[in-house]
Amino acid sequence: MAEITLEDIIKPENLVYKKTDLLTDKELSYCPGCGHGTAHRITMEVLEELGLEERTIGVAPVGCSVLAYEFMNIDMTQAAHGRAPAVATGIKRCWPDRIVFTYQGDGDLAAIGTAETIHACNRGEKIVIIFINNGIYGMTGGQMAPTTLPGMKSSTSPFGRDVETMGNPLKMTELVAQLPGTYFVSRQAVHSPAAVRRAKKAIKKAFENQRDNKPGLSFVEIVSNCNSGWKMTPIDANKWMEENMFPFFPLGDIKVDGQLVK
Amino acid sequence: MAKVKGAIVVDVQKCKGCGVCIPACPTSVINLANEVNGKGYHYAFMEKPDECIGCSNCAIVCPDGVITVYKLKL
Repeated sequence: MAEITLEDIIKPENLVYKKTDLLTDKELSYCPGCGHGTAHRITMEVLEELGLEERTIGVAPVGCSVLAYEFMNIDMTQAAHGRAPAVATGIKRCWPDRIVFTYQGDGDLAAIGTAETIHACNRGEKIVIIFINNGIYGMTGGQMAPTTLPGMKSSTSPFGRDVETMGNPLKMTELVAQLPGTYFVSRQAVHSPAAVRRAKKAIKKAFENQRDNKPGLSFVEIVSNCNSGWKMTPIDANKWMEENMFPFFPLGDIKVDGQLVK
Repeated sequence: MAKVKGAIVVDVQKCKGCGVCIPACPTSVINLANEVNGKGYHYAFMEKPDECIGCSNCAIVCPDGVITVYKLKL
């Protein structure tokens, strides 16, 4: 049998995976190894698989992912800091047939936008919120965020977060799961192939809930790394995340079909 | 002999050399090149192309979506 060369394998008919066309060809503005890129890609893959790209409107936040509208090749708008759920509420109420989602980081959703998030969840708006939690304010230089772990060093807590004076980390996902307005609440990660597949499944479920007009909001948290903010290499940051973030922010579904599962 | 042969194509100029694909590869095919791309990053490449099984794990975890995967069944 003749030797198989790379030219024999690299042919259009043998293609098994390529970046979805719903992401633009622009270079992502994120640091090397940042989970935002993966989260962008699986969100767009889900919309493509469900065939919803024509009637989906995304709301970009303020933070590292402020330029999400440059990368996601769908209709997007951009909200003031923390106000993405409020803008998404307005869009969804004006156009109930559209699929509306917000894509927010922890500084946007859990700090300045806490009120908007909690009230949108409590009102049971039929939108999807994708929440990227990396435990730090990445864009502004690694300051302490509400989600920073106890003892974790950041540029504004150089000796580690002291819960006596700086308070406790906020578990937004558990918090919104308690509200009657949420229908599906899950926490996932994107650091390994298995985690990405599970996260994609959760995001797909969230968009299916909205497509099927299920009563309530779908909320998916993605625990992500911030290797530049944590001052680690991407692979070390992923390991650190597994060892430190996951015990505090356990992965898995928290609320499915309006019922708490854990 | 392997029943499938895989291959990846890395968009060299877009790769940021984060290396997240390296531990994701079950057959340790990928490594970072000694050369750098236009941005100065050591880009990912197939160090052992014969071992690739086309599982797409590297492409699934790639934050920048620069990896395209091909698979040929023998």
